[in-house]
Amino acid sequence: MRAYISIVKLRFMLLIQYRVAAIAGICTQFLFGFVRVMVIAAFYASSTAIQPMSYGQTVTYIWISQAFLGMLPWNGDSEIQEMISSGNVAYELCRPLDLYNHWFCRAFAQRTAPTLLRAIPLFIVTLFFLPEKYSMQPPNSLASFGAWILVTIGALMLSCAITNLFNISMLWTISGDGIKRLLPAVVMIFSGMTVPLPLFPTWMQPILRILPFSGLVDTPMRFYLGNIKPSSIVPFLFHQFIWTFVLILYGKWLISRGLKRVEVQGG
Amino acid sequence: MVINDSSIFNGSKVNYKDKTINNCFMLQRTARGETINNCFVLQRTARGNNMSQIIVENLVKTFQVAKRKSGLWNATKGLIHREYNTVNALEGVSFKLDAGELVGYIGPNGAGKSTTVKVLSGILVPNSGRCEVLGNVPWKNRISHVKNIGVVFGQRSQLWWDLPVIDSFELLKDIYNIPEIQYKTTKDELVERLSLQQILEVPVRQLSLGQRMRCEISASLLHTPPILFLDEPTIGLDAVSKLAVREFIKELNKKHGTTVILTTHDMDDIEALCSRVMVIGKGQILLDGTINEIRNTVSKERRLIIDLEQQITEISIEEAKVVKVEGNRAYLDFNPDKITPAQLIWNISSKYKIKDLFIENPPIDEVIAKFYGEFKI
Repeated sequence: MRAYISIVKLRFMLLIQYRVAAIAGICTQFLFGFVRVMVIAAFYASSTAIQPMSYGQTVTYIWISQAFLGMLPWNGDSEIQEMISSGNVAYELCRPLDLYNHWFCRAFAQRTAPTLLRAIPLFIVTLFFLPEKYSMQPPNSLASFGAWILVTIGALMLSCAITNLFNISMLWTISGDGIKRLLPAVVMIFSGMTVPLPLFPTWMQPILRILPFSGLVDTPMRFYLGNIKPSSIVPFLFHQFIWTFVLILYGKWLISRGLKRVEVQGG
Repeated sequence: MVINDSSIFNGSKVNYKDKTINNCFMLQRTARGETINNCFVLQRTARGNNMSQIIVENLVKTFQVAKRKSGLWNATKGLIHREYNTVNALEGVSFKLDAGELVGYIGPNGAGKSTTVKVLSGILVPNSGRCEVLGNVPWKNRISHVKNIGVVFGQRSQLWWDLPVIDSFELLKDIYNIPEIQYKTTKDELVERLSLQQILEVPVRQLSLGQRMRCEISASLLHTPPILFLDEPTIGLDAVSKLAVREFIKELNKKHGTTVILTTHDMDDIEALCSRVMVIGKGQILLDGTINEIRNTVSKERRLIIDLEQQITEISIEEAKVVKVEGNRAYLDFNPDKITPAQLIWNISSKYKIKDLFIENPPIDEVIAKFYGEFKI
């Protein structure tokens, strides 16, 4: 266990080292956040129909999703990719560690370090320093806030499981270019990152609910906004937990198959 | 705890085969001073009883390589139906190693050296055959197996690129769960013997190849493994670094009784270090013996290189075979059983004016090439 903690710690330290990247990331997130807020503002202004989410809620949704962009499993671990294509993965196999758990730890650090670095300043600015029309609202209630924390942790674990699955797929595809392009699109749309899921057509709702991706962005957001009552948290946590569990099992099975056919060429 | 382990071992002979050496190294790992003595006693018994640390029998490994023919038409065809070539990397490799041996494993590129090392270190799964290292089957009990081994792949790096060397060491300490005291002793010893004092705080990417290789070797030994695999550890190193690495390996083997398997293309490495050499070619062990046995199997010839005072186009000496002449330098092969070097030099100097000369063994690639020719493989 100590080994895994050390790996997380070290990766975490390495990742927060890149301050320029963090500042650039915050700026990008702000810019895209504003663009999305403007689009939504125009959308709400031009429509007279009653929307499933109020304007203020939607803006808040956008800001939080911008802050947590780094937590989404939209990319893999570039170092693992590099290790697999260069053959350095050989050394990973010489360690007395379970490779799945090892890579899961890396994914955990990858999903937390940059997110924390970006989310905190973004929250401060959008909560307190923006004109009301564009600003983020505080959580609906203290209970909502607590529920939000819980499902965010669930979302983090789910995200790590998906990230790791992506890493493992590299054992087959080596470069992973195809999945690399496909994954962000799927994740962004089905998690509710691009457009909040309640705004999707009604007939799609059951499908969106069942897919794992809703647990990544949509669920935490709606608890924060009070769109879902904190008391009905159990099925949502269960949804996240089941998917995380299934994806971890699948990943473990996949990695054990992958390692049987591994070929480390050259040298 | 420690003493219990050893007494259990002494008391019971049932688990002898699998447990002995594991216990022994656990002892070595927990406390250094006196237990090492125990360890050597155990090792000696092990050897006396003809117990091998590493057993490899009939190992076979094949790779499927997709055939790619050139041209657009063939590439299109490849989308629908792909043909595979089977490459036999290992075709029935067998050998045994005892504790404390320092073995050179040589062969040309693509002979199967690295494949063997990768199977032994649990990275590759062979198609068939048996392999046991300290009682573990590497690819089945991977995690307990890798605790017993250290591996250095000369062409790869196990250190974290962006971090100071010491951070990688600390991480390895946690990964291998090395007790603090033991870690400190081992690290201090390695730092001193490989002179790493100046470079511990330097990020890995800023190290020279020689410095990095010394760190790589240290990194693979922090958990004091009883077995060390070195896959081309001297590749690309300058003379000084090479000597330092060699000296270190020799001492490690002597002082700690670490079993070392060394693959290399550098025959000087082999000559300086290995009492036993295995030659692999086309997936099979062709020869297993001492370095002199190999040379003698191939040919006893040695090479005399002379620099003459003036340019020559031809040279003829009865007792030696002229390999080539370059400017005023001539390469001659001779058999020391037929003529002593002293006599040969005397003969030459009676005909030509010699400026400089030296004698060497024919390079390993030539030895191996000849060796192949002889075995018609």
